[in-house]
Amino acid sequence: MKGGLKIDLGRRYRFSASHRLHSSKLSEEENRRVYGKCNNPHGHGHNYVVEVSVSGTVDPATGMIANLADLDGFVEREVIEPFDHKSLNEDVAAFRENVPTTENVCKEIFARLKNFPEARLERVRVEETGNNTFEYAGEEL
Amino acid sequence: MVYLTRKLEFSASHLYHNPALSAEENKRIFGKCNNPHGHGHNYTLEVTVAGEPDPVTGMVLDLKELKEILEREITQRMDHRFLNYEVAELKDQIPTCENIVRVIWNLLEPKINKGRLHKVRLYETPDLYADCYRNGAQGA
Repeated sequence: MKGGLKIDLGRRYRFSASHRLHSSKLSEEENRRVYGKCNNPHGHGHNYVVEVSVSGTVDPATGMIANLADLDGFVEREVIEPFDHKSLNEDVAAFRENVPTTENVCKEIFARLKNFPEARLERVRVEETGNNTFEYAGEEL
Repeated sequence: MVYLTRKLEFSASHLYHNPALSAEENKRIFGKCNNPHGHGHNYTLEVTVAGEPDPVTGMVLDLKELKEILEREITQRMDHRFLNYEVAELKDQIPTCENIVRVIWNLLEPKINKGRLHKVRLYETPDLYADCYRNGAQGA
């Protein structure tokens, strides 16, 4: 009955960015009601923490699922560089139409990382603040 | 099902070096983790046991018993040790987080007789960890 052992590697990254929660599908009044101060017109910022989890075979020659320097470089290029010290609404194309809630940020980061060539992306967890955490593991097949 | 997690810390040194590879390849793959005299970390281990609470004691597994198993199997074996040279189970393996977490799983699983070992998470630093669990048992 016992399944084989599975090993995941988890790594935490950080970026700081601003956003404003505002949906073009809602009226000004509804936006204020739904998003409260997150709807303030000029936006506000957070120090985001991104936890990336990957799985795969541990290479007996290196003892690694994926080379950390390669994973770091990939995440840096796909997520940190485009998001850090940016306005998510203005600077990230995916959030021109899509509201940059952390739910959507989490899904966008998952989409950007899912093609990491050395290991399988298991999940992405994003902390917007120490008290708010969101997790996305892709859609069930 | 209830999931019980106990944490413990140990400090140890290690280095990454594969004798089957050239010195240049070792340097290229492992970077500063290949420095010849090793380096150390404060590891944090989280051990999660799953089970139903006993109707009499209300416990999945007596925490004191779990603490003793962890002390005997992990702390005494790994704390303030050079993992490459002093931990027999890691001999001939690169002591990465992935390999250490599997060794810890294999040490603990047969010792946990109430409930069952569900997950072992080992943090090498607050920003890097590895999880070990049975395929299909993820969650919680």
